[in-house]
Amino acid sequence: MEKKLAKITVNVNEEGYLTDFSQWTKEVGNEIAKEQEIEMTNKHWEVIAYIHEKFKNEEPLSIRGIKKSGVINIKEFYQLFPGGPLKKATMIAGIPKPKSCI
Amino acid sequence: MKNLVILGAGTAGTMMANHLVSKLKIDTWKITIIDQYKTHYYQPGFLFLPFDIYTTKQVKKNGKKFIPKAVTYIQEKIEQIVPDKNEVLLESNKKLQYDILIIATGTKIAPEETEGMKGPMWHKNIFDFYTYEGAKALRNKFREWEGGKLVIHITEMPIKCPVAPLEFAFLADSYFKNKGIRDQVDITFVTPLDGAFTKPKATKALHYLLEEKNIKEVTDFNIERVDYKNHKIIDYADTKVEYDLLVTIPTNMGDSLLERSGLGDDLNFVPTNKATLQTIANKNIFAIGDCTNLPASKAGSVAHFEAEILTENILRYIRSEKLKEEFDGHANCFIETGNGKALLIDFNYTQEPVEGSFPFPGVGPLSLLKESRINHMGKMAFKWIYWNMLIKGVHIPFVSATMSEKGKKLN
Ligand SMILES: Cc1cc2nc3c(=O)[nH]c(=O)nc-3n(C[C@H](O)[C@H](O)[C@H](O)COP(=O)(O)OP(=O)(O)OC[C@H]3O[C@@H](n4cnc5c(N)ncnc54)[C@H](O)[C@@H]3O)c2cc1C
Repeated sequence: MEKKLAKITVNVNEEGYLTDFSQWTKEVGNEIAKEQEIEMTNKHWEVIAYIHEKFKNEEPLSIRGIKKSGVINIKEFYQLFPGGPLKKATMIAGIPKPKSCI
Repeated sequence: MKNLVILGAGTAGTMMANHLVSKLKIDTWKITIIDQYKTHYYQPGFLFLPFDIYTTKQVKKNGKKFIPKAVTYIQEKIEQIVPDKNEVLLESNKKLQYDILIIATGTKIAPEETEGMKGPMWHKNIFDFYTYEGAKALRNKFREWEGGKLVIHITEMPIKCPVAPLEFAFLADSYFKNKGIRDQVDITFVTPLDGAFTKPKATKALHYLLEEKNIKEVTDFNIERVDYKNHKIIDYADTKVEYDLLVTIPTNMGDSLLERSGLGDDLNFVPTNKATLQTIANKNIFAIGDCTNLPASKAGSVAHFEAEILTENILRYIRSEKLKEEFDGHANCFIETGNGKALLIDFNYTQEPVEGSFPFPGVGPLSLLKESRINHMGKMAFKWIYWNMLIKGVHIPFVSATMSEKGKKLN
């Protein structure tokens, strides 16, 4: 599916996750955040940078990883991205939703 | 004489010993396998033990029986791997040198990772069924339990055999129905994922099972602690779920040996090349089965497919040839759905489970993603296949190490 975010046309799946990370820009991330009713702050972007780092190294993301990330603790993570923090943060970061078995 | 050492004589280690003994020249290679326990457990049987479907005897055998005679078997705890010296230290301070090392130490539960889980109520009204002890204690509890809130809970991913908790919920439904007390048992399935089934096609095909069996779902639940005094599990978003009987899958971690050796990640899993099974840190160390960090299911069937490719790669490594980048994450799992029925799923790193037939395209006899009695018979036959073919490294006819797309309804 194509979608226009921050004047850029991007490809997303049914759930709204970017299917091509190369289309991601900070502005795109900002637009997705707005749709999720999240106001991005420096702290939010620090988390996104951490997520990008993990993604580049093909390391799986997890709540536990966040605990050890040194960026924030889990309570703060929930406060920054209320609801499903991992799902929302990865959507804003423009990477696939953390996956699992079936 | 050169040394090939295998750490762990579980499903994967035992398979590798059997594969390699016929492929390596006995006069140039000495194969050694080490495990801390005498007993080899049939872990898939732990799912059935709590429901009195299998007896304790059916899930354990003497491990040595499955190790070929030409392989040296050491029963001892492994203390540390020292990659710089190509050396393995055992608990008794004994040292072993290796030219090639295969890590196959699996994964185990770590209930101590969650506050309140392994407290005074452990194995009293908080149980696991991923260990022999847990499954047996739960069986005894179920035999006398008169009903209440049964909560089946996954702490965090990844876990081995990711479908086992759901199968457990289905079997619990059947078990209490047969006992005539299903109306007194409230079953809730609590998961950190966004659904009991998380891939779209599986959700579509299978969600009816939860409704049909009246199993409630609590999703996106990331546990912070167990309030064992008030019988509640509480997550980071402050959601609370009450239980009378909690059956949890605690955090799964690799053995602490890997932490001591500096070879593990956050969860003590070994960073491993997902196509070749060579470890990222050392060229002469390979890893197979549940101990790796591969984004594949941690299952016996996966270890089986990996073993065929790893055997080939060990031979190539010895001949200084380029390793085969062939492992595709192929998994093939039966899912017990209760009442003598089961499902079968077949998938890999990129292809989600779809409908179709297996292993013969268009013929079956096993149907993918659909409940049937014959699938259940397949699941039950798996025990025989496990002891007689799988861990002995016998190729299972018609099932290839990489996933086949034939006979499947892709899109
Ligand atoms: C409830 C349940 C149901 C399952 N159902 C299925 C199913 O239906 N189908 C399927 O395919 N798979 C299933 N599995 C998964 C399957 O059992 C595992 O994936 C498989 O056993 C992994 O093999 P492994 O060799 O990697 O690890 P394991 O078989 O666990 O072996 C690891 C071995 O290493 C040894 N070890 C570890 N550390 C040390 C140390 N420091 N010193 C000495 N020895 C050590 C251990 O003692 C152990 O024997 C199930 C698992 C569970 C728990």
